Amino acid sequence: MQNASPKLFSLEASAGYDPTIISYIQNAAQHGLYEIRGLGAKRRLPHFDDLVFLGASLTRYPLEGYREKCSTKTLLGTRYASRPIELEIPITIAGMSFGSLSANVKEALGRAATALGTSTTTGDGGMTSEERLSSKTLVYQCLPSRYGFNPNDLRKADAIEIVIGQGAKPGGGGLLLGQKINPRVAEMRTLPAGVDQRSACRHPDWTGSDDLTIKIQELRELTDWEKPIYVKVGASRPFNDVKLAVQAGADVVVVDGMQGGTAATQSVFIEHVGIPTLAAVRQAVNALEEMNMKGQVQLIVSGGIRTGADVAKALAMGADAVSIGQGVLFALGCNSETYLQDGEHHPAIEDYVKMGTAPTYCHHCHTGQCPVGITTQDPILEKRLEPEVGAARLRNYFNTLTMELTTIARACGKQNVHHLEREDLVALTLEAAAMAQLPLAGTDWIPGMPSR
Amino acid sequence: MESLTESLTGLTLDLADLSLREVNQTLHQPTQNHVQILNPNGCHNLAVGLDAPITVEIDGHVGYYAAGMNQQASVTIRGNAGPGLAENMMSGRVQVKGFASVSAGASAHGGLLVIDGDASLRCGISLKGADIVVGGNVGSFSAFMAQAGRIVVCGDAGDALGDSLYEAVIYVRGQIKSLGADAQLEPMTASDYAVVTELLSKAEFDYSAQEFKRVASAKQLYHWNIDAQQDY
Ligand code: SF4
Repeated sequence: MQNASPKLFSLEASAGYDPTIISYIQNAAQHGLYEIRGLGAKRRLPHFDDLVFLGASLTRYPLEGYREKCSTKTLLGTRYASRPIELEIPITIAGMSFGSLSANVKEALGRAATALGTSTTTGDGGMTSEERLSSKTLVYQCLPSRYGFNPNDLRKADAIEIVIGQGAKPGGGGLLLGQKINPRVAEMRTLPAGVDQRSACRHPDWTGSDDLTIKIQELRELTDWEKPIYVKVGASRPFNDVKLAVQAGADVVVVDGMQGGTAATQSVFIEHVGIPTLAAVRQAVNALEEMNMKGQVQLIVSGGIRTGADVAKALAMGADAVSIGQGVLFALGCNSETYLQDGEHHPAIEDYVKMGTAPTYCHHCHTGQCPVGITTQDPILEKRLEPEVGAARLRNYFNTLTMELTTIARACGKQNVHHLEREDLVALTLEAAAMAQLPLAGTDWIPGMPSR
Repeated sequence: MESLTESLTGLTLDLADLSLREVNQTLHQPTQNHVQILNPNGCHNLAVGLDAPITVEIDGHVGYYAAGMNQQASVTIRGNAGPGLAENMMSGRVQVKGFASVSAGASAHGGLLVIDGDASLRCGISLKGADIVVGGNVGSFSAFMAQAGRIVVCGDAGDALGDSLYEAVIYVRGQIKSLGADAQLEPMTASDYAVVTELLSKAEFDYSAQEFKRVASAKQLYHWNIDAQQDY
């Protein structure tokens, strides 16, 4: 009689050399080049998911969902600007360049933001007329590259954001590979079409925070002290950076954690430089509190804000508003299997396969071959994202986030989402408790602090 | 107001009596074609954001970002200038009779910047189309990542001239201490001689274009490739 026992394979997975690392080594061996990619950190990090709200109880009264008001109005730039920014919701659209995004997408963002009563932001490549026309409130970035930067657009802006760094790459400059530099992008950036654009990582006309003070004053003088000036830093040493930005005269500080996205950056940079958003918010708020500037200088937090719960947690930790980039792309259809064009869904899977990827895994924004027409300058591909369709999806997404945010705020008994406070939160993990300096759930213990 | 004197020859603004804000605000809505500014005393951000075809004369030294983002105006500084002189200028003309500190003409898109004396480090950094003529020497890292425009240096250039250059062209009359990554010396053509002659004459310098050499991009960093890996 034959032996009927099943054949046994020896399949011992390695934790150190997992499929990601094996494919990384094999790619490096094949190409001799590091990987450049889009989006943000993909590894697991301590995040807002590791916090929960306590909600109302006998000691706190909740508000009724449909009857009692919960305000989401948000005021930014009240310190020096004669025209602060008034928003309907504390959720804004992060800076993403025309060049990395198509002009259609920039227009969609503007339309959605205007309908929602929030702001959108230019990016490393200047202001397009489409986005100025479609955006009621537009934040104009002043970046190290100064691509397309000019005083006319500066005067047209509603606020100015001096970008020191970005969470995906604190300490690094931008990249836009030649395949995305079409003639219009090239002209706006004063570059030959098709040439790789390597943005500088330092501003050309100032170094250090003393200089920044004077630079901020220059921008104010230029615009007759009307516009709020934001300073954006990538989260590395946010405690000191926030203090220096406030000292330099910022109206608003934007802190972008390491989960923040990018259109094209070395993946070693994305995954290994900077600190998580959760840790950064706590440090930023500590800095403002220590300077007695909470409320005078507003804090915008970005980097991996995805859900209404994330927004609520960032606000409870002390942010005045959040800024979203990647969530916006996903809302527009990034990584979906189909795109909607001329009222019909069309399959996009083959185009993902052409780039060697698949829906849900794609981070190939740097290639300019976006299968759903978002991060592309290709005239055929960019038609796959129609501005009206994109704007409608984005409105739905932000409305969902806002409803979730107010649901949580009401459950915590707040009539205003800005009344959420850190006492409303506890941490589920030791790491999150230590980084956010919140008690571990069910205890009064905050790692690193004496027990209460 | 005594410090704000209007006469047939123009307007005089005295920073000994007026605040910087008052002076800049007046310059943003000029009522005269010529404005003279007295007692700048090294102040920062003077005459920034001008956008009218006026002439402005500043009698004395200025601090950071003088004539920053200038459009249309012709600004003359009878003194030295601090960092970021005429940064991001779009059009018009800015001239400093003395020396200019670091980052003169940074990311300027258009217009002409004339520096009669020396310019410090990073002169013409990220230049985007403006012309710069320097009567003296320029410091190290000048024309770093300069994308478009022309820089004429009548004296010597420091280290790493034209590092990571894109399409801007540099003409140097004196010695070049060293060239930056991807910058190379190239033969002067007839059109180069014409450009240098034109710019020298606009800046009112009396040199012969024959004395200048041309530095431009070797374009080896234009595309991401394995041979350029250290520079990306
Ligand atoms: S689907 Fe488009 S936007 Fe999304 S990651 Fe891929 S290339 Fe980027």
